[in-house]
Amino acid sequence: MIDDIRAARDAALERIAAATTIDDVATLDAQLLGKRGDLAQLKTRLGALATVDERKAAGRQLNDATSAAAAALADRRAALGAAERARRVEAERLDLTEYVARAGRGRPHLVTQAWERLEDVFVGLGFQVAEGPEIETDWHNFEALNMGEGHPARSDFDTLFVDHAGAEPGRTVLRTHTSPVQIRTMLASGPPIYVIAPGRVFRRDTPDSTHMPVFHQIEGLVVDRGITLAHLAGTIEAFTKAFFGSEFSSRLRPSYFPFTEPSGEFDIRTPKGTWLELGGCGMVHPNVLRAGGIDPEEWSGFAFGFGIDRMAKERHAVDDIRDMFTGDIRFAEQF
Amino acid sequence: MKLLLSWLDEYVGAEAPLATDIDALSDTLAMLGLPVEDVIRTGAVAGVVTARVVRTEQHPDAAKVQRVWVDAGDGHQRHVWCGAFNFRSGDVVPLATLGTEMPDGRTITRRGILGIDSDGMLCSARELGLGDDHSGILVLPEDSPLGVPYGDVVGLHADVIVDVDVTRNRPDCLSYVGVARDLAAKLGVAFTPPRPPVPVLAIGGPLTTVDLVAGDRCGRFTSSVLSGVVIAPSATWMAARLTAAGMRPINNVVDVSNYVMLELGQPNHAYDLATLGGSGFRVRLARDGERLTTLDDVERVLTVDDLLICDATDAPIGLGGIMGGADTEISDTTTTVALEVAWFAPMAIGRSVSRLGLRSEASARYERGVDPYVADTAIARFVELLGETCPDLRVVPGAVDARGSGLPPQQRSSAVRVAQINRILGTTLSASDLPALLDPIGFTVSGTGDVVEVALPSWRPDSTEEIDVVEEVGRHYGYDRIGKAMPTSTLHGRLSVPQQRRRQLRAILLGLGVTEAMPNPFLAPDTLVKAGLPGDALRITNPLVAEESVLRTSLRPGLLRAIAFNESHRRPGVALFEIGHVYPPAGGELPDEYEALGVVLAGHEAPAAVAVWREIATAMGVGARIDQGRVPPGLHATRSATLVAGRDAIGAVGEAAPEVLDAFDITERVAILELDLRAVLEREPKPAAWKPTSRHPSSDLDLAFVLADDVPAEKLDKAIRQGAGALLVDLVLFDVYRGAGLGDGRRSLAYRLRLQAADRNLTEGDIADVRAKVTAATSRLGAELRS
Repeated sequence: MIDDIRAARDAALERIAAATTIDDVATLDAQLLGKRGDLAQLKTRLGALATVDERKAAGRQLNDATSAAAAALADRRAALGAAERARRVEAERLDLTEYVARAGRGRPHLVTQAWERLEDVFVGLGFQVAEGPEIETDWHNFEALNMGEGHPARSDFDTLFVDHAGAEPGRTVLRTHTSPVQIRTMLASGPPIYVIAPGRVFRRDTPDSTHMPVFHQIEGLVVDRGITLAHLAGTIEAFTKAFFGSEFSSRLRPSYFPFTEPSGEFDIRTPKGTWLELGGCGMVHPNVLRAGGIDPEEWSGFAFGFGIDRMAKERHAVDDIRDMFTGDIRFAEQF
Repeated sequence: MKLLLSWLDEYVGAEAPLATDIDALSDTLAMLGLPVEDVIRTGAVAGVVTARVVRTEQHPDAAKVQRVWVDAGDGHQRHVWCGAFNFRSGDVVPLATLGTEMPDGRTITRRGILGIDSDGMLCSARELGLGDDHSGILVLPEDSPLGVPYGDVVGLHADVIVDVDVTRNRPDCLSYVGVARDLAAKLGVAFTPPRPPVPVLAIGGPLTTVDLVAGDRCGRFTSSVLSGVVIAPSATWMAARLTAAGMRPINNVVDVSNYVMLELGQPNHAYDLATLGGSGFRVRLARDGERLTTLDDVERVLTVDDLLICDATDAPIGLGGIMGGADTEISDTTTTVALEVAWFAPMAIGRSVSRLGLRSEASARYERGVDPYVADTAIARFVELLGETCPDLRVVPGAVDARGSGLPPQQRSSAVRVAQINRILGTTLSASDLPALLDPIGFTVSGTGDVVEVALPSWRPDSTEEIDVVEEVGRHYGYDRIGKAMPTSTLHGRLSVPQQRRRQLRAILLGLGVTEAMPNPFLAPDTLVKAGLPGDALRITNPLVAEESVLRTSLRPGLLRAIAFNESHRRPGVALFEIGHVYPPAGGELPDEYEALGVVLAGHEAPAAVAVWREIATAMGVGARIDQGRVPPGLHATRSATLVAGRDAIGAVGEAAPEVLDAFDITERVAILELDLRAVLEREPKPAAWKPTSRHPSSDLDLAFVLADDVPAEKLDKAIRQGAGALLVDLVLFDVYRGAGLGDGRRSLAYRLRLQAADRNLTEGDIADVRAKVTAATSRLGAELRS
């Protein structure tokens, strides 16, 4: 009996080892361990053994044989499964550099990218964002900004006029700067004011590699009690570090604008020690505060402004600013 | 303003010449508001040396040139060709050696004529930038050393020109003296302007008269008569300085006139008294249509707003403050000069200049404002300098100094509160600090209290009130010494709701693969009509070009043009959007400008635009009906709709009309979405409330309906939703079929309904019930369920 069991076990293990597919293993499982399987058959013969000891010994042998077969089946199944998966994985090999191009994300305009980065920095510095119309009254664009009729500085702006039935001829302009938003903000909300005003502006300039008749500026305006030129310098410095990086610094130097006094230009000092002229600034002229309905004896303020397009152009070393506005997809896809 | 530093040195008592440290000088000037735009190193032309003419010879085959042998001090005879004949053997002349770069850009090479090389070139004064004389070679003094740079002989040394940008408010800095005054004050050194002697008056001689008719426009007109004038070239030093300043030396009288203007900022004009009718001046406004030929030989047609200088017979001889006339010009035979030194009202000069398109060095100064009280110094300086080349120069007494009502007062001042200075600048100055800052620039401070009186100098017409003085204090105290502080805002930085939603909208479009464009908002007059839109639009009164004279009322033309551009560059299929203002012509004081969105999808049909609209609508919580009964202008008649919210049209969706595509030379189909962003950005929808997701299994029910083409799918959709009721959790149209077996004018629409109950498992009965109700609801539209 013992020999039969051993023989049956050896035979079973041999057949299991010879199985080549998962299906073979399943068939063997049924044949060997099933109710009518080879080992089950042997079990029926246990009762025919003479002694209890013999039966016990043979029973133990048979259990061992059954366990061994079950374990062998499990191993074989696992081995064949792993081989099967390995074959499948191998068969599924892809070359991931075979990239068939398809439409991807759209690209934000370079001006928008600069615009939003600037907005984010100023919002972080406590500013809100003001907007205004692109077609303006002469009053908002010039008069209220301390440039009365015939003021010589008006000729610096190369104004485009709009033929608009709702106003006297020559009184409607395409805004030449974002500064009229200063006036609108002062009149609409009054002090304290901490705003920036990014927007589209217009000049009667023939387009060339650095100029467009339609371009974008950002303007800042602060009006509060006790605002001084030192606050202007501090704000420009904070902006410089937040926008360009902590290794950059800024300086103010005197200049002239009709709507600010004292007026200045601000320059950014690069880590290499060179200066980058950025924009104009100054303390809001008392006449401008008055035009905005604000008492210059109680409140004071500063304003600053610079070009957005130029920032985008220089950040990406774009040669010709006109290329930014053709809608050329080959240009847009680069950024 | 170009400043030759050796010249500027004359008026600034600095220890070292200003050219010693250009970087420091540039910084100082920048901190005065006079930024240096350019630094030009100048002096004698390098490579040009003195040489003695040894012999000359005429070549038989070259009549207009001669062969010259010169000795440049090394005993070696060099041969050069020369086209001038004004010198003889023994003369010393400038020789440009091989490789010399001439001021006109030429480089001297060996190339000669007739196969004979030229070992250099002999130079005229003009070729060396020393004036206008090109009649012959510049002959240098006979005792000049040979082989040395010619600059050593003519007194031309290495020098630096700085070109400073002068802002509109600083007419005083359009002169050497003005810049020097500011610079000396900033450097804390002496300011040493020229102090010409008061001219000694001769006895007897011709006189002039001045009839100042337009005294409001001409505040001051002085006329002095100078006799004993001999027209000659200027001294080399003066010619060199004027050349450095960008002016062509002409003759001693014209050069002194220019020199005085550059030095003192006072334009002036010298007339030949012999050609001055009636020996006098009359200053009046022009008559409409009156004509004058100016010095540049252009006949100008004038208006009553132009100011004329006339002679005593009322014949126009010059445009006041802008340019003289051709007829009274100084000539080689002039012996007596009438010198005009005047002051004109700035704004009117500016008007004439822009109307006539005629700018001059004089008008540039007058239109910004010349010091009305520098005239006496200017006359004295003119006499002093001209006397150097005209030893017999006499000033005839009776110089006329006519003054008009437009003349600004000589003494002006403003009360200035010390507290106001500190309040604006953020400084802690006291009254006693002010004189050191202000007195050196002529803003003389009187008083020591809380309020001081500050003189406003006549050369600073821009300064009229307290705030102007505050700026001067800031400039001379130094913007760089004012601290940097952050204001302590009580407000909080944030984007407004429309600004946040604009960014959200842009992000959605970018995610959908649409690229942002910013086309020109200016259109050609016919572009709107080409785009199928109404032609009524705002026009620019003074456009640069007619193609950019109309303000867009829609973003569509710009985007279509961008598609055409890309197509023509072999990039079909582009998807572009723009968020920008459009300017419809209606409105009150200002047009009803508003912000719009335009999306164009080249190579796509209308449903692609609808898909973009649905994405935006869902993501941003904007609702609108797709009204296919209202085809927006310029869009495809059977593939477009108006988006209607309530009663308002808020946009358009569909495809470009074929004739519009043709007009824009576009060969692809173009799907279009347009939105009025006022309807999209301004209101923020309430945040969506959470709905529980059922834990029970769901079942899908696929139903296909046959429906007449003229019933919109939207209605079927609605009917299915109504019929299915609360168990319907999702509805997807997954197939549309037209063709065989359905009959004309009908299509099959296949939907998948996902059914699920919140609180239990569905039964067969539930599904059969939904099917029955949906069938009933849809049959009212004439829809038949396909089996």
